[in-house]
Amino acid sequence: MIELSILIPSVLNGLTTGALYALVALGLTLIYGVLHIINFAHGALLMVGLYAVYYLNVQFGIDPYVALLIVPPGMFVLGYALQRGIISRASHGRDENILLVTLGLAIIIENLSLFVFKSDTRVVDTPYSFEVVELFGAFLPLPKVVAFVGAFLTAGILWLVMARTDLGRAIRALAKERKGAELVGIDANHVFAMSFGLGIACLGVAACLLLPSYYVNPQVGAGFVLIAFTIVVLGGMGSFVGALIGGLIIGVVEALGGLFLGESLGQIGIFAIFIGVLIFRPTGLLGHKV
Amino acid sequence: MTDTTGASGMRRREFLATGAAALGVGLTGFPAVLRAQAAPVKIGLIHPVSGFIAFSGTQCREGAMMAIADINAAGGIKSLGGAKIEAMLADSQGKPDIGAAEVTKMAEAGVDGIVAGYASSISLATSQEAAKTNTPHVVDVGVSDQIVQRGLANTFRFGPGYGSIAKFAVDNLAAINGMADAPAKTAMIIHEESLFGTGTAGLLQKELPGKGIEVVDVIKHANPTRDFTNIVLQIKAKKPDLIIPANYYNEYVLLARTLRQQRVEAKGIYSVLGGAASNYKFVHEFPEAAEYIMDCNHWFNPKSDVALSRKKAAEDKGLVYTYEVFLAYNAVVALADAIERAGSTDKEAVNAALASSTLDMSYMPYGPTEMVDGQNVGAQPVNTQVLNGDIEVIFPQAYASAKPVFPMPS
Repeated sequence: MIELSILIPSVLNGLTTGALYALVALGLTLIYGVLHIINFAHGALLMVGLYAVYYLNVQFGIDPYVALLIVPPGMFVLGYALQRGIISRASHGRDENILLVTLGLAIIIENLSLFVFKSDTRVVDTPYSFEVVELFGAFLPLPKVVAFVGAFLTAGILWLVMARTDLGRAIRALAKERKGAELVGIDANHVFAMSFGLGIACLGVAACLLLPSYYVNPQVGAGFVLIAFTIVVLGGMGSFVGALIGGLIIGVVEALGGLFLGESLGQIGIFAIFIGVLIFRPTGLLGHKV
Repeated sequence: MTDTTGASGMRRREFLATGAAALGVGLTGFPAVLRAQAAPVKIGLIHPVSGFIAFSGTQCREGAMMAIADINAAGGIKSLGGAKIEAMLADSQGKPDIGAAEVTKMAEAGVDGIVAGYASSISLATSQEAAKTNTPHVVDVGVSDQIVQRGLANTFRFGPGYGSIAKFAVDNLAAINGMADAPAKTAMIIHEESLFGTGTAGLLQKELPGKGIEVVDVIKHANPTRDFTNIVLQIKAKKPDLIIPANYYNEYVLLARTLRQQRVEAKGIYSVLGGAASNYKFVHEFPEAAEYIMDCNHWFNPKSDVALSRKKAAEDKGLVYTYEVFLAYNAVVALADAIERAGSTDKEAVNAALASSTLDMSYMPYGPTEMVDGQNVGAQPVNTQVLNGDIEVIFPQAYASAKPVFPMPS
């Protein structure tokens, strides 16, 4: 029988871990849900963000949280350039081509990283890496609590951008009716690239908030990308609030699965949810057909 | 992918410089010295240089390449007219089936011997595949006892297997505990889910009760595991005197971090294969978290000048001197020594030379090399402990550089 002294901290920890997953999924839901791009390079680009945060820290002494001012804008530019320069050109607008192009990008980025950064696992040492926040008798690592808050803020900002700005309206218009949007003067290629850039900038935020409690190596993205896809499907494609709720649910399911079924078998809960959602509610919790 | 690289690792610029020098010599009229060049000996190195254990695989490859460079610099295989060793490199990607496929490719390309494959599961597959062509296969790290228990005439291991490591770990833990009036009565084992972690944990679970240490729980985890909080919460609830991890580096880092974050206090952390107290990288990155952690692991003889000079050479290359580096180095040396003594690359002759090897390995904390069914029964691990930010050998006495500190001060 699991005691409450383990159950409560485990659920709280699941929520903070889930917020980290949600951060990774936010960018994916924007790209996947709104632009219909299945971005297989999402994990590889998260890894690029993590290396950027790592090197800013070790080379220039820039704290990962201060790097929030540098890495997300940098990742935005990278995302914009990738969409405009490679994905859009190589895919000729066909979904199956986009899938292959992003898969190819993932392979290239991961192998280039292996060549440049070597396979070494790297961590940053910050003054708060081992700090904890005590809540209901549970010790929650401070970096995870910050990431929890950061996930909500990021989702809120994304929602505002989509709901209240011209860019957001243009993105939504393009997602619903491309020809109509182009007829009213929206530059589709530019807006697609802006959306992709925004999605990748979210990964920059995720990288800054993740690294103080995690590590980076060229394979690190693979551990997150499948989870992120599950969250997007669970939350509903294109829904930021859905991604947030989906992330938290997955985090808690993973934590409780690990507790009750063992750490290896516990992962089964995540994939059971994935299959269950696909069968019983393909649009996800908060999704709608776009 | 398999590619062939000269161990000298000549780059384009060096090649051009050498070519220009040779041309200069020709133009100035020096007589060309024509000598019959002995055919190179091809040694296949199959390691997981990408995938989830890429760090360890890369370390193995570096160690093996250093050995080849050293052997070639010392005149190559003398019984073959100074034949140079040529490395054939392959990446198993951490997957046994890919490792086996690389063996097939190498066999077709005329490989003379293979050093592989870091992980036990990969070593099992590569040696099995190599056995089909009777290609000599030296396992560098893979600790599963199964590797040398299948009666394969081509498979050899000069380092210890986990049967002897677990026995050694348990005996020495009992000795260390006994010296401190037995403060440790309970233990929890945290292990990764592949052959190495599962096998090691099983042996420890069986042996520890006989030494007066009750195993209160055994927790298995996946690779990669993104979060260790659940596991650490369970450790915290069960309050074991000893925490015994058996996992790979990435997971070890997260586990050690979480233990500290959750303020778990145990009398000792005693890792078996792959812990902090046998990894300079971890000790340098987390000096406080690493202090007093004990390991039972592969290690070099800290009293051997040869071992220390090899360590320095590796560090001069910017490598962290982990066990992967010296075990892969040793495996190449053992294979080259067998080819030297066989005086040929005939597979049967090399396998026979490996089977009768008495290679002097005094740079390791081993007894005399004696091969029994492909296993060097003289091989053994040592106990290390992080003390004052450095890694010290604490057991056996003959190789010890410091005395154990146990229980660890709170």
